Amino acid sequence: MSRYRLEVLVTPRPGLLDPQGKAVHHALNSLGWDEVSDVHVGKAIHIDVAAASEEEAREKVEAMCRKLLANPVTEDYEVTVVGALEGTTS
Amino acid sequence: MKVAVVTFPGSNCDYDLYKAVQQVEGSPEFVWHRDRGLAAYDAVLLPGGFSYGDYLRPGAIARMSPIMDDVIAFAKKGGPVLGVCNGFQVLCEAGLLSGALVRNAAIRFRSHDVFLRVERTDTPFTSTYDEGQVLRIPIAHGDGNYEADEETLARLEAERRVVFRYTDASGEATEASNPNGSHANIAGIINEHGNVLGMMPHPERAMESVLGSTDGVGVFTSLVASLSGAAG
Repeated sequence: MSRYRLEVLVTPRPGLLDPQGKAVHHALNSLGWDEVSDVHVGKAIHIDVAAASEEEAREKVEAMCRKLLANPVTEDYEVTVVGALEGTTS
Repeated sequence: MKVAVVTFPGSNCDYDLYKAVQQVEGSPEFVWHRDRGLAAYDAVLLPGGFSYGDYLRPGAIARMSPIMDDVIAFAKKGGPVLGVCNGFQVLCEAGLLSGALVRNAAIRFRSHDVFLRVERTDTPFTSTYDEGQVLRIPIAHGDGNYEADEETLARLEAERRVVFRYTDASGEATEASNPNGSHANIAGIINEHGNVLGMMPHPERAMESVLGSTDGVGVFTSLVASLSGAAG
């Protein structure tokens, strides 16, 4: 088994009211960044997981997203394999 | 009437629910979230609070508690289940109610009385109210903005599953009377079988006139009435 680090990005679904994004957008504009036209705030979750392959690691984390990490009613998610980690697990 | 009040780490309205059940002469019992078994109870209540510090999403981690398998089984058998505030969020996360509760549109934590219109009285939690009756009951939440896809919202309306709506004192569902941006001023919904109710306002905090309102009492007297009806 190898170990992999994966990143999950959870973002509010498009079209859904994103009050946090709106507040940050407003704050950036008021600091002078008028060129900012849209902001969305989500969360990044880093997960280290043991798996036989990168593909298996991704499948496991996608299952975690469906079961717990994202709410399909309000959020989208995206899984990225950051890379393999040093050392193996038994 | 034996009523389970489920306590999660971070629940803070469990004693209020316990007391509300006592006030209508029911027998409440606390059930810890790691315990199992609800078969001995007539009703199950999920309290407000901040289970697991609202980490990840409100209710998301509480939904994984061992007791939730029993709550789901209890609900599937038709047992009455009420989730208030965080309890409503847990019921949505558990899939017992559709939709989700997201951050209030104004990003403020709102803690004050609201007016609610009772949309349905043929439920185990509203039978002692009148249809269209306006209640004054407190809210206290940061994530009470009810969201669902268009199809779900249309279905909720078509099947009359919105049980409570935020209104003004005269019972009009206006934008100004909506404290959190919920679609169609939705404050509480029921599942399609009519036995699982989730609501953001706190009826258990509106039980005594000395504390400002007794308009929440009806939720609990309705539960008593529905269970005594079922027994007889």
